[in-house]
This record gives sequence, structure tokens and C-alpha cells, in this order.
Amino acid sequence: MALTVVFGMLAGAVNAAHAGPYEDALAGFTTDDFSDTANAVDAVVASGSPLAGTVIQALHDGNLLFSATAKKVYIKKDSGEVLDAETGKPIAGTPPDDTDNVRLNNRLRNIVDSAIGALTLMAPDADKRYDAAQSVFKSRPESARPALEKAIAAEKVARVKTAMQQARAALILSASDTSAADKVAAIAVISERGDQDSLGLLDSMSQGQPPEVAQAVTAAKAKINRTLAIWNTVQNLWYGLSLGSVLLLAAIGLAITFGVMGVINMAHGEMVMIGAYVTFVVQEVIRQRYPGLFDYSLTIALPLAFVVAALVGIVIERTVIRFLYGRPLETLLATWGISLVLQQAVRSIFGPTNKEVGNPSWMSGAFDLGGITITYNRMWIIVFTGIVFVALLAMLRFTRLGLEMRAVTQNRRMAAAVGIRTARIDALTFGLGSGIAGIAGVALSQIDNVSPNLGQGYIIDSFMVVVFGGVGNLWGTLVGALTLGIANKFLEPFAGAVLGKIAILVFIILFIQKRPRGMFALKGRAIEA
Amino acid sequence: MMTSHPLIRMLDRGSTLFLILLGAFAIAVPVLNLLVPAGSSLHVTTYYVALFGKYICYGLLALSIDLIWGYVGILSLGHGAFFALGGYAMGMYLMRQIGTRGVYANPILPDFMVFLNWKELPIFWYGFNHFAYAMLMVLLVPGLLAFVFGWFAFRSRVTGVYLSIITQAMTYALLLGFFRNNFGFGGNNGLTDFKDILGFNVQAEGTRNALLVMSCLMLAICFLVCRAIVTSKLGKVLIGIRDAESRTRFLGYRVESYKLFVFTVSACMAGIAGALYVPQVGIINPGEFAPANSIEAVIWVAVGGRGTLTGAVLGALVVNYAKTFFTSGFLAPYWLFMLGALFIGTTLLMPRGIIGTYNNWRSGQRDKSEAAASAAAEDGEIVDPPQPAPQPSAAE
Amino acid sequence: MATVPADPRTTSSLLYLDGISVSFDGFKALNELSFIMEPGEMRAIIGPNGAGKTTMMDVITGKTRPDSGDVFFQEGKFDLSKLDETEIATLGIGRKFQKPTVFDMHTVEDNLQLALKNDRSVWATLFWESSAEQEERVDKVLETVRLKDLRKRVAGSLSHGQKQWLEIAMLLAQDPKLLLVDEPVAGMTDVETMQTADLLREINKTKTVVVVEHDMAFVRELGVKVTCLHEGSVLAEGTIDQVSTNDRVVEVYLGR
Repeated sequence: MALTVVFGMLAGAVNAAHAGPYEDALAGFTTDDFSDTANAVDAVVASGSPLAGTVIQALHDGNLLFSATAKKVYIKKDSGEVLDAETGKPIAGTPPDDTDNVRLNNRLRNIVDSAIGALTLMAPDADKRYDAAQSVFKSRPESARPALEKAIAAEKVARVKTAMQQARAALILSASDTSAADKVAAIAVISERGDQDSLGLLDSMSQGQPPEVAQAVTAAKAKINRTLAIWNTVQNLWYGLSLGSVLLLAAIGLAITFGVMGVINMAHGEMVMIGAYVTFVVQEVIRQRYPGLFDYSLTIALPLAFVVAALVGIVIERTVIRFLYGRPLETLLATWGISLVLQQAVRSIFGPTNKEVGNPSWMSGAFDLGGITITYNRMWIIVFTGIVFVALLAMLRFTRLGLEMRAVTQNRRMAAAVGIRTARIDALTFGLGSGIAGIAGVALSQIDNVSPNLGQGYIIDSFMVVVFGGVGNLWGTLVGALTLGIANKFLEPFAGAVLGKIAILVFIILFIQKRPRGMFALKGRAIEA
Repeated sequence: MMTSHPLIRMLDRGSTLFLILLGAFAIAVPVLNLLVPAGSSLHVTTYYVALFGKYICYGLLALSIDLIWGYVGILSLGHGAFFALGGYAMGMYLMRQIGTRGVYANPILPDFMVFLNWKELPIFWYGFNHFAYAMLMVLLVPGLLAFVFGWFAFRSRVTGVYLSIITQAMTYALLLGFFRNNFGFGGNNGLTDFKDILGFNVQAEGTRNALLVMSCLMLAICFLVCRAIVTSKLGKVLIGIRDAESRTRFLGYRVESYKLFVFTVSACMAGIAGALYVPQVGIINPGEFAPANSIEAVIWVAVGGRGTLTGAVLGALVVNYAKTFFTSGFLAPYWLFMLGALFIGTTLLMPRGIIGTYNNWRSGQRDKSEAAASAAAEDGEIVDPPQPAPQPSAAE
Repeated sequence: MATVPADPRTTSSLLYLDGISVSFDGFKALNELSFIMEPGEMRAIIGPNGAGKTTMMDVITGKTRPDSGDVFFQEGKFDLSKLDETEIATLGIGRKFQKPTVFDMHTVEDNLQLALKNDRSVWATLFWESSAEQEERVDKVLETVRLKDLRKRVAGSLSHGQKQWLEIAMLLAQDPKLLLVDEPVAGMTDVETMQTADLLREINKTKTVVVVEHDMAFVRELGVKVTCLHEGSVLAEGTIDQVSTNDRVVEVYLGR
């Protein structure tokens, strides 16, 4: 604070000695005329005075005062103190009676904003300078040119420098007195940038440019459009991957129970729901008792959700499903009944409304990657799905339980004959499938509403994935989920979300006609028996 | 016996009893509603007339499901879609009858179209102002959908749970579609605020009773059609397909044609049920396409006893009466528990349903072995659910 | 129905298989199999498990499409690899499954009524009524397989052997030109086995028959030409004595 005052005093001392461009510029604020104010803003920015930032900020915040009679400009501070804009020092006594705010209109506000942008170009923080360069690029205030040139000369960070050069190119293009050669050079810089704003800038260039410029514009536009198309595709792929991983997470447990046991479990969605509610309960407990642990809530919920859903699954298998083996249609009906009971049970305990499940800090927010925005929760769900998938593959391949499960899948009778307790394997398989649904619920609680109907939303999609991918093959499920996810996102822009979904459903219905056992179906006599 | 006269085959004791009871019901309810004074304890209020009419429509839907599930073993989880399509066809007729009495008083366009700023009637709404055309569509639209869908599905031999799942996907796709405003069927709100049917006020007591009688009549006709099908040689082929599909195929029967025929007939019946349902409840909206509705209808059949036809109707009445009873009182929160338990309990403990279990018990009383089995087989009823070893069959 | 011009190579044979290969996920179920049946012949096919016997039946009846090779019926008139099960059954090839498959819910006579050669279209069956002539045909078939007393019984209540016979009876009712009989005596008593051999010989008087069987005593009782399959192709062909003394057959199948 003291330092600021000292600087202020120094600056004041220097400026007071001889009236310079800054002091002249300030006079423009005293006429209470919008166009004079606009000129004054430009002049203040161009003066390069160290007080320029303070003045423009005050103007932006409505804290710049003027007195027409005294021809003086003041800065009102939040503390109520009033500074002299020329010197930056507190004034003695009170300002004159006719002191009033410098008024702004919308046009002026834009000018002020871009002036602030120009001034921030010299800020010590690289990110701030970068943002300032971007803001100059978008608003293109003529006045920012000198500040920008200065900033480019001083800039050390490559990323920021590029942004500034692009901003300068934008200024060059919008200036009226630029030579054709300069324009062409600027267009080249702009086309490197290659985003929607660059395209907008080139579009806004008026007709009647010299032929070489017009040609450069056309070429640059084509180039930008190509870049945009690529990023658009990348974006769609990313969304599709994200949707696909959600589908995979929801369907993978189903693939296990359906693939290994041939059991249609219509209550699978409710296992997902149970996982989501476990997350809710864990977060509630943490909120009330150990608020510091909130960022670990998902880590705590994962094993719990697995265990709870797996236990529910095992109970279902032991009490209902095992009596219905070999009767898939009856199993379908009975498990539908179970799903109704579970939904209603959750509704009775937790109420019918959506429950608030929060994102831990590491799952909130987003970052930019090239031309796309990536949210952390989507990204972590993709990573998480990958981990679950690999873990499951490893489990099936390398553990005793996995071996026995595969044995039962391939030949139940033979497996029983070599001493595998198939009934136990059935129960464990069902538990495993349900448990995975449970942890899917933890992940889905981050992106979907946690309500008793959560599971219903996923069951049909999950079945589509399993049927499309082929039964009894986890890779099929993976490919099925990602294909459907990506196809859905690529169809959406053309057909809209709902029609896209209908198109996918119709496609799968037709696909099953062609390949009744899915993409990666086992062939041969054994499965037709 | 296939040698007996077709009529005798069709009208066995159970069927005759069913038709008599249905006829008595169709006469008694209007009499008790219209002729017995309101104060009397025997008086049936108009509310109940509409409610019973609704039940009868559900009974017809259940009958249509039983025809393909009970006799051909195809578990359709999409019959709600055929029901709803029939309902929409009727709803479109009723919408056109509103004419200038709508909120916007547009003589041609239904209110929701005016609201959406549509200037002219979409082509697929043409003709629905004629009752006969609408009734044709009630049969044709579900029938055609079932035919096209079945033609693809049965030809490529999609069976079992796979078929069930894609029928569910079908009704789900329709649900999504009908929710959209630009589909042209009133979007979310569906079609409602009906005024007249054939010039009679749909709200009037007389109309309600007539609709009830009409529903009973259609149920009786469809029941006879079903009986004619299942007691003919075609019925025997169907049961053959249900129990040993490849045997039937190797005997030279074109299994897919048989399935397609019955599936289409069944879808038309579901459409009729939907068409009768709509004027009695006064609304049709996309919610009718919800997959849950179709599955719920399946459980009516299971409760009553599949492969018995009469059981399907009985099941629909019993379950829906229970639903009305439960959901209108303090027990409402427990209805889904009840329904869920019904699904689980029926499949686990009473796979033959009410009629099947009763038939079994009665024939067990009469004679142990032979007579029992042959009588049951005569009805095509499942004596023992074709159940291989009690083990899961992988990937099937 | 796809017909192909008569092929000179196949002139007299009823069934002609040449160079048939079928593989499931890399496993070759049939490998360049060639097999010919003359009209009126009866042939026994033996071979260890996985030799391709049932797959061969599947190829002939249209259940499985061959990856390569020719399957012709009736002197090369019909290309079976282009027809489906129903069409092939209508041409006159009847098949008995390994596991007896009859309509358990129907009576014995209804089973046969369904098998009788009649119009198989949906409309025809819907409006079909039985006639005295039909009943007679049922009687005749029942007599052949000795099930006349069980006419009104539900098929599901028959013994295993009786079901096997009922299934053969259903083939006969179809009035086929060629019968494919897969393991007809599996699970039968010795007496029933010998009766079945008699029955098949009786049937062979008017029809061409292919019998797949493991039971060597039964094959010997049939006394017909034997084909031994191994790993999807023909290992040996000849009389039972020739085949059963063939070194390679002994090695892979009968054991030393």
C-alpha cells in the first residue's frame, strides 16, 4: 500500500512538472460529451502513463468524476477517498460542487472494455496478457495498436506473443489505411489461428479489396474451414467417446450376466441406481461429519457401491433367478418385477425427487485442448471406464474365478463335471455384474440426475449395446458401446438428439435382423443347441 | 380332436362360459346404470361404466398378447405400441370431429396445430374425419407395422429374448418420436378434449354405455377369432412352433409365415383395443408407448394363465381391478411393490396362471394321467412349461 | 425354387455332395467331403464325435450353408445349398434329429396329421379339415411303426424309444424321397434296437435312407454299405466288415 502511494507520488511529481499528453487527454473527460470521452479514453491509453490503468478502470466502474468548472478529473475510491486523476494523490478538502460521474453509453462501454484490454497487455501475469490479447482480437480497438506493438516487443512467452501477433493482424485488417501487402501478411497470420472468430473476421472484411487480398481471404477461409471441420470432428468424437464410455459402463455388467449366464436382467438399471444412491449417502455422511473428506467421497463410494450392489445381486440370484434358469422369458418378467420393487423401495426411503450429488473439486471445471473444450467429469469417466474394462478383462483372464466363469460360459456341463461349483459361479457372476453396475452408478451420479428412475434411462440402451456388440464377448461390448456412442453424436447435428436416437434404434433393429447374434457373436453348433 | 366340427371345437365349456359371462356383463352394466335409479344400492355409476369399459379394452389387449405368447411363444414387449397406434388412429378421428368447438375454433386444424402455427393439415391427417377410414387405419397401421417388423424379424430368425428386446426398442423409438411436436400428433400432450363420436357426445351416459357394449362385443369377436385360430390345424402348427420350432421347419412348414400371420392378427387386435380405449378415457398421449406399459400387459396374461385365452382376459381384469383398488387409497405407495411381487410371484410360484392352475387341478381331480394330459393338450395349454434341464443355457 | 441344369456328373444319383467344406470359427467341421447316394439305397454313417456327421446332415437339410462345394438333389436338379430348410423339406428330404424331437403337447395322431404331406400354407392349414383318407394314411403309418394303440396318447407321455419311432413315423407321413435318420437307436433297449433295424429295412423298400449311428451292432444288423467319417471327410467306405477291419478306421474310431 505504501509502495503504491510512493509510486503515485513519484508519478504525480513527474507529471506535475510539465503538462504532457496524459494531462491533455484527461481534459476530454470534463466536457460531458460522449465523443469527447471516447477520444479521451483513446488518448489516455496512447499516453502510456502509469496512471492510465487506474483511470480507465475507474471509468469502467463508474468511479471517475469530473468537474466542468474546475476542469479537473477525480478518482473516487471505494473507501470514499477522492484522488486527483492527474497526480494520483488524494486531494485536499472536498471536490467542487458541480462534480459528477463521467457518463458512459453502450458504445463507450465497449471502448472502455477494449481500452482495459489494451492496458492489460502489459500485466505481469502471462494468462492475463493472453486474455487481453484475445480481447483485442475480438473487439479490435484501433487505439490499442501502440500498446499492442509495445507489448509484442516486450513479450517473452511464445503463446502470448502469438496471440498478440494475431491481435495485431486483426487490427491491421480492420484499419482503413493498410497496404495490400500488409493485409496479405495479416491474413496469413489469421489463417494460422483458424477458429470461428478468425472466420468471422475474414467474413467481415468489406468488399472491393485489391485482388491479391481477396484471393488471400478466400484461401484463408478455405483453410480455416478445413481446420474447423477437423476440430468439429474431433469434438464429435470426444462427445461420442464420452457417451460411449457411459454406455459401456452401464452395459458391461449386463454383458457379463447375459453373456455368461444367459440371464436377462431387467433390474440391471436399478443396480446402477443403487450405486448412485450409495454415492449420495456417502456424500451426505461426509457433509455432516467430515466435510474435509469431500474430495475423497467418490473414492470411498466406489467400493461401497460395488459391495452393496453385488450383495443385492447375489440375493436376487439366490432367491429368484436360480429357479428360472433355462426360462429366459420368465427371467425377464421376474427381474422386471424386481426392478419395480427396487425403484419403489428407493422412492419410499429417499423420496421421489432428484438427489443432489456434488462433484468433487477435481471433477469440476474444464480446460481447452486445441479447438475443443474438455470437462473434467467427462474425462475422468472415460478414464474410469477404461480402468474398469481393463480390470475386468484381467480378472477374467488371470484369476481363478475368471477361469471358472469362462469355463461355465463355454460348457456348463463339462465345467460341472470337472468339479466347478456352477451354482456358486452363477451367484458370483451375477454379483460381479451387479457390482460393476453399482460402480457405474457412482460415475453416472456425476453427470446424471440421481432419482429412482435413473436406471430406467439406461436399461434399453445397455441392452442395445450388448445385443449389438454380441453376447459373451467383452470386446464386442466395448466396440458396440463406442460405436453407438459416436454414431449418436455424429447423427445429432443432422437429425437432432431424439431423431438421432430413433435412427440408432432403428439401425439396431435392422442390424439384429442381419446378424441376430451381434457383431462379435460366437459361431458354430454349440451355441445353437 | 381335429375331426370334430369346427364350431364344437371352438366352443368348449370354458369358452362358452366365458362368452355367456361377457354377454351378461355387457347387458347388466348398462341396465344397472341407466335403468336402476341413482339412489339404489344396485346402481352402477357412470364412472364405473367407463372404468369397466377400460378394463375390457385391457382384456382385449391381453387376449392379443396371449395369442402370440401363449400359442407361439413370442414374448412381445411392444404390444403397447400397437395398442397406442390404434388409439391414436381413433384419437385423430375424434380430433377432427371437434371442428370449430376447439379453443382456436379452426374448422380443419386441431388446436395443437394452430398453436404450433401450422398452416395446413399434414397429409397423414387426411381422411380421418371419416369414421370408416379411421377404423380402417385402426386395423391397418398396427397391422402394417407388425407385418413389416415381423417380416424382418422372423425371416432372419430373431427369437426368444432378442425378439423381446427389439420389440421393446420398437415401442421405445415410437415413444421418443411421438413426444416430438413436429411428428404431428400433439407431442407431449397427445390428443384430448374430444367432443363427439359418430355425432354422440363422448361424455354422455348413453355413449359410455354404448362404448362398453361395443368393447364387450369386440372382445367376444376377437375371442372367437382367436379360438378359431388356435383350435384349427394352424393352431396345432403354432404350438408345434412354440415347442419345437426346428422340427416344424424340417416338416416343411414355413415357420416365419405362420409367425408373421399371427403376429399381424394379434397387432390388429391390440389396435382395436386401443381404439376402443381412447374415447372411454378421453385422451391418448405418448405415455401409452412406454415400454413399462407393454410389460405390464404381459403380466396380466401371466397372472391369468397364458395359452388359455380366457385366462388372459381374466388376468387383465383382476390385475387392473387390484390396481384401481390400490392406487386410489392410502395403499397407493405400495402398488409398485404389489405389481413387482406379482411379476416375481407369478413366474416363480404359478407359471400357469389362474386358469392354467385351475385346469390342472380340475383334471387332476378327474383323472390322473391320460384324460388330463390330452384335454390340456387339446386347449394347447402348457401342461409343463417346456423346460430343459434347470440350468442356464449359455448365450441363448 | 432354384433349379440347376442337370449336371452330367451327377446323372443317376439322388444325393450328390462334392468338395463340401464348412468351418466354424476356424474349426473345420467338414473338409472337402464328398458323398453320393443312389436312389433306393440305404447307407450307414459312422464316425467318432466331431467327425462331421451332424454337420453333414445340416448341410443337406439347409440348416448350415457350406463354405464351398456342391450339394445336389435328384440327379442334379436342385442345388440344396441355395434352398432353406422348408424348401428342402418340401422337395422330399425328411430328417430325424439326434435327440428325439416330437410335439410333446400334441397327441400321437396330431403329430402325424401335422407331418402328413399336405398344403403347408397358412391359409390352407387355417381352414383345413381332416378326411377319412387322411385318417387312413395316419393309420397306415402308425401300423408301420407299431404305435397304433397309442394313437390318442400325448406324445410327451411316450417312452424314449416310442418317441424315436414316432419321429420316424412323422418322416414317413411326410412321404419323402430321402430320409436322414440321426442316431435312431440311442437310448433304446436291445429289443427295441433290433425292431428299429427291421423298421428301417422295411422303410428302405420304398425310400432312400441315410442312417447315422454309433451302435455297431445295429449297423451290422442293418447290413448295408457303411461310410466312416473322420475330421470332416470320408475315411473309408464299404461293407461293415471291410470298414471295421480298415487300419485307419480302427486307429481313429474303434480303437485297437
